[in-house]
Amino acid sequence: MDWQGQKLAEHLMQIMLLASAVVAFVTGYAMSSFQMMMLIYAGGVVLTTLITVPNWPFFNRHPLNWLDPSEAEKHPKPQVAVSSKKKPAKK
Amino acid sequence: MHSFGYRANALLTFAVTIVALMCAIASLSDNLNTPSPTAEIQVVNINWFQKQTHGNDEVSLTLNITADLQSLFTWNTKQLFIFIAAEYKTPKNALNQVSLWDAIIPAKESAKFSIHTSNKYRFIDQGHNLRGKEFNLTLHWHVMPKTGKMFADKIVMSGYRLPEEYR
Repeated sequence: MDWQGQKLAEHLMQIMLLASAVVAFVTGYAMSSFQMMMLIYAGGVVLTTLITVPNWPFFNRHPLNWLDPSEAEKHPKPQVAVSSKKKPAKK
Repeated sequence: MHSFGYRANALLTFAVTIVALMCAIASLSDNLNTPSPTAEIQVVNINWFQKQTHGNDEVSLTLNITADLQSLFTWNTKQLFIFIAAEYKTPKNALNQVSLWDAIIPAKESAKFSIHTSNKYRFIDQGHNLRGKEFNLTLHWHVMPKTGKMFADKIVMSGYRLPEEYR
């Protein structure tokens, strides 16, 4: 799962759980059935689990593009600057 | 959110947090209900009334209890516990309460009832103050919710009097 996918998965999870909680509460209250509320919410949790927990392909649509190794060799890693106060290394 | 286990954990904790929130709101929603219970108790008969050998008065009553407690039930109610107490005043104690009968009502359908019964628990005074005593019969109830706050209230019915003589 790429960075964008992780963000999407987290948002999806929060929105879907909250939405199913609201639907479950309103339905349960309207039907005067506590059991109905819990069943609807449990269904919402299962659905959210199926959608956001496995690593589905649509979470991987923004792959990181690493530089080519030959490109990296042309721009060598900068060396750590040696401070002037440091003692010169013994030969 | 980078791994299967992390996502599963985040989902589970958030889901359970929301369940707690829903239960809290369900408990709060009980306050929207304004119950109007009714109850009536008739003392049909004084079966016997005597002084025990060690000096305490004991009386046996036959009661006719009619009540409609259906309005106490909400969607968040598990059951009702109700009991009837005889309440009276003696020189020693301002309030004496003796439980005579109780019941658990598990469903709204059985909350409207009429029952003819003698007292389930013995009506014994701590002393011999019961002759000619005026007393109240009080229906107490405790509403036990599925989640959250428990409610309790009562209906006081007054104007009952025990006979002047043992029988």
